[in-house]
Amino acid sequence: MIAVEGLSLAIHGQPILRDVTFRVAPGKVFGLVGESGSGKSLTALALLQLAPEGSTLSGRAMMGDTDLLSLPERGMCAIRGNRIGMIFQEPMTALNPVQTIGEQVAETLVIHGRANRHEALAMARERLDRVGLPAAKFPLSRYPHALSGGQRQRVCIAMAIALRPELLIADEPTTALDVTTQAQILDLLKELVEQEQMGLLLITHDLAVVAGMADDLAVMQQGRIVEQGPTEELFRHMRHPYTRQLFEASGHRPPQTAVPQEGPLLRVHGVIREYPRPRAALLRRPPPFRAVNEVSFDIRRGESLGLVGESGCGKSTLTRAILGLEPLQGGEIRLDGEAVHAGEPMPAHMRRKMQVVFQDPYGSFNPRHRVRRLIAEPFHLAGRPDDAGARIDAALEAVGLRPSDADRFIHEFSGGQRQRIAIARALITRPELIILDEAVSALDVRVRAQILDLLAALRAEFGLTYLFISHDLSVVRSITDRVMVMKAGEIVEQGPTEAVFGAPRHAYTQMLIAAAPVIPAGWRGDGEARPGG
Amino acid sequence: MLRFAATRLVSLGLSLIAASLVIFAVIEVVPGDPAAFMLGLNAEPEAVAALRDELGLNGSRAARYLSWVGGMVTGDFGQSYTYRVPVSQLVLQRLWVSLPLALYALGLSTLIAFPIGLIAASRRGRPADYGIMAATQLGVAVPNFWFAMLLVLVFAVNLRWFSAGGFPGWEAGAFAALKALTLPAVSLALPQASILARVMRSALIETLGQDYIRTARAKGLSRRQAITRHALRNALIPVLTIIGLQFSFLLAGAIIIENVFFLPGLGRLIFQGITQRDLVVVESVVMLLVFAVILVTFLVDLAYAAADPRLRHRR
Amino acid sequence: MRWPVQLIIGAILSGLFVLAAAASFLWVPHEVSTLSIADRLKPPSARYLLGTDHFGRDILSMLMVGARTSIAVALVAVGIGVAAGVPLGLAAAARRGSLLDEIIMRGNDLIFAFPSLVIAILITAVFGPSALNAILAIGIFNIPVFARVTRGGALSIWTLDYILAARVAGKNALRISAEHILPNILNLLIVQGTIQFSLGILAEAGLSYVGLGAQPPTPSWGRMLADAQTMIYTAPRLAILPGLAIVGMVLGLNLMGDGLRDALDPRLRRARE
Repeated sequence: MIAVEGLSLAIHGQPILRDVTFRVAPGKVFGLVGESGSGKSLTALALLQLAPEGSTLSGRAMMGDTDLLSLPERGMCAIRGNRIGMIFQEPMTALNPVQTIGEQVAETLVIHGRANRHEALAMARERLDRVGLPAAKFPLSRYPHALSGGQRQRVCIAMAIALRPELLIADEPTTALDVTTQAQILDLLKELVEQEQMGLLLITHDLAVVAGMADDLAVMQQGRIVEQGPTEELFRHMRHPYTRQLFEASGHRPPQTAVPQEGPLLRVHGVIREYPRPRAALLRRPPPFRAVNEVSFDIRRGESLGLVGESGCGKSTLTRAILGLEPLQGGEIRLDGEAVHAGEPMPAHMRRKMQVVFQDPYGSFNPRHRVRRLIAEPFHLAGRPDDAGARIDAALEAVGLRPSDADRFIHEFSGGQRQRIAIARALITRPELIILDEAVSALDVRVRAQILDLLAALRAEFGLTYLFISHDLSVVRSITDRVMVMKAGEIVEQGPTEAVFGAPRHAYTQMLIAAAPVIPAGWRGDGEARPGG
Repeated sequence: MLRFAATRLVSLGLSLIAASLVIFAVIEVVPGDPAAFMLGLNAEPEAVAALRDELGLNGSRAARYLSWVGGMVTGDFGQSYTYRVPVSQLVLQRLWVSLPLALYALGLSTLIAFPIGLIAASRRGRPADYGIMAATQLGVAVPNFWFAMLLVLVFAVNLRWFSAGGFPGWEAGAFAALKALTLPAVSLALPQASILARVMRSALIETLGQDYIRTARAKGLSRRQAITRHALRNALIPVLTIIGLQFSFLLAGAIIIENVFFLPGLGRLIFQGITQRDLVVVESVVMLLVFAVILVTFLVDLAYAAADPRLRHRR
Repeated sequence: MRWPVQLIIGAILSGLFVLAAAASFLWVPHEVSTLSIADRLKPPSARYLLGTDHFGRDILSMLMVGARTSIAVALVAVGIGVAAGVPLGLAAAARRGSLLDEIIMRGNDLIFAFPSLVIAILITAVFGPSALNAILAIGIFNIPVFARVTRGGALSIWTLDYILAARVAGKNALRISAEHILPNILNLLIVQGTIQFSLGILAEAGLSYVGLGAQPPTPSWGRMLADAQTMIYTAPRLAILPGLAIVGMVLGLNLMGDGLRDALDPRLRRARE
């Protein structure tokens, strides 16, 4: 029902998409997989003629007898939202903040002349019910800011399917959502495809998501489709080396050679962290919000401990508390036997022992300093040693960069290289504990695999201890010895990683593991063994 | 919404109290004695003493402040020393010139700025946009009182369409009065309109880059529909801020413009007050101007909340 | 890096006036303090390039010396705004949500309620008019402007991970503000500084025009306009020339501000590279 043939796109003369050809059948899910910058989102925008200004298109995209690429703007307006619906990655910003959800869903119907405003609102009600937002809890008069990310994404879906389009395009629809919400949204999409007989073009970076969803699959690299076919067959054979690389990387497990020693390096005991809530009235303050509630655990020297949980569970607050950046309302934290006094400067010898790597490879560095100065920042309190220059060189080499990189600015590096520099900065004081706060979450799978390898190698070489915080279960599983599961400020389960993932005891852990999409174990390219699951 | 308005109202009250304290304190630091200051160097000691009595300068500072504020709340601004009439009466007369002028100018400026900003934003990067940007760049740089002089030169001296100044009063009819206010209002409005149009343009362009505009386009809205149905109301929020801020500039501008056109408004009153050292008049009119600015800030805050549902639920 | 066209045009235009002001210290075509009734209201000629005013003073010389007043007043006022506003904004951002932040922001709101003309009126009513008034009035009004811009820019940087990294390294708020925050909001401040400079020129002209700024015999553009007003029928040239000077200077600064904004915005710079 939509057949794309030889689609090419150039922006200001720079070719971005080359000869993209695929078709999406009614009632089927077509997956389009690729890393960031592969051109998968632009493919979707090109179909709707919404590609950025300065784009030139060639090729054809036939929907019935109409070629979408040659339709004038007016004709496209009649197609968008009517015969093709689209949902985007970021539900938090995809809705107009000053309009009610009812108006926004009804607008699709009104714009295409299918109903007057009154009827459209009644139909919007029905569509919102359809996507799992019942009238009792989600009246039409709700504003987007009162909804969670998953609920907003449901509103976007209701908007996109309001006119029962023939094709629904979903561009990374669940990437910004927690794993349990992701599972619900994916289920909803699947159900809609079956019941409404729509075609779904599902764009994602996540092989496991398409493995569970798509009937057919195309793998995209640098603006080209390198391989496509029925999903299971493609996974079983993986004829193109790039597909194979992606597959390997997404299930990559670095070799674990380090062995934890006895005795705790970090003890967290009964830690409580509360935030005051904004005043409800001038003189009445509600009870404070408890972000971390009596959390206790130990990390042994040389151990890699994982901490998993969904957004808002208190992981980041706990991290900042361990780093001594936030005051506690109860409990204590001891690093190598000495108490961490939150809110006061930590003594140099303690500060040296504990370092951190953050998620965002772009926001982690002052753009005005050279790498040399960025890496040397932890010397501030620990004291600048005489051999600082040599240590900077050594740290850069340890993370696979060259000493000459010290003279460059951060914007000259890619995301993966920046994370290497962040690790080098953490290594510079020869710490014992490194806290990795979603340290690989922003990276593409192949780069992520490299960084995980690097972390495993460094751990073995320097006898490092890791606290690895992530929302991504498969990553935590691949790099930790022990894991803790956090929910609403509390640790609900902890134990050896394989034991927890293999036989989760707590209902929440079970739900998390069930919700995480996986590539079926039997689908291994050419029967080659793939380590783990 | 009600709670929001209530908290804003409390902060309006606090601002007024703070502002009145500042004004009172500044007048208090007058070198020497306010009464002697007002009467000048050669005043008879008896006259100074009489004035001190009249101004209530013999009480404590706190008592004087309270009686000043208390008087203002009840509409008693005190007695003008030079005019020998209640200040409230003077102010009320002059307000009938200044307020219509400010509103006239604000209306003109908004009326000019909105369509121009809209056109520039929707034709971004095209000749119309460049033309508008160049014209507004010039408009921002023109001092309004000089622009007023040019208007007088062209429309009063050469073309003789308008008179060069003066105000016939509302008794002469609304048309005559508005005609007399037209050149002043235009000269006030044009520089402000230039600023507002530029803000409008950049706010619209910023909004047009938001995700929800892309969502709207994917729903089948044309570019124009996306602007009118989604971008405009969101862009209004920064525009409102500027309109609020502009009010204080407009007020200040009006004080100067009244002097160009010899309009008997608050601006003229305050300058007469300064030259005649009539501190009672100066103090009261300044307080009134500051009150107007604070009031407009409050109204803009309420307008914010009306435009943006996220604000209604905060605090 | 390529310089934006507006930056070049703006810099040349406003640079011209700055140069004229600087030159006036060393040399002017005719002394502005000598009055010559014989030469009053002369049209432009080889001797008086822009003609003379009603006291026979050379208008070109008056404009050159007037530029000095305008620039000095506006520049010092920007200095006051930066010196007081930037530290306040940095402090408010570093202690976001605290009582200190609240006090600074409320204080700013309060100053915002006093337009600079009103401040000037108050000061004049008490101390009498002078150029110092204009500086103080405009400078005080600049403080909340810079405090807000600084706080806003600083707040967005405080949320970044490299600030967290600096805190982990044990740096305190003062050091982080100086080392990480200030350098990264400098471009915002430079752009705002240019804008406030141009607003200062406008405000000084307005204050002098109504007699609350520079006093005679100090020549200033605003005063020249006030003097010209009575002769608008006979010598419109006297009203037009100082106005053009103001427009030229302000336009130049605004163009420069816009150009600087483009040149210093890292997002735009990356796009251009």
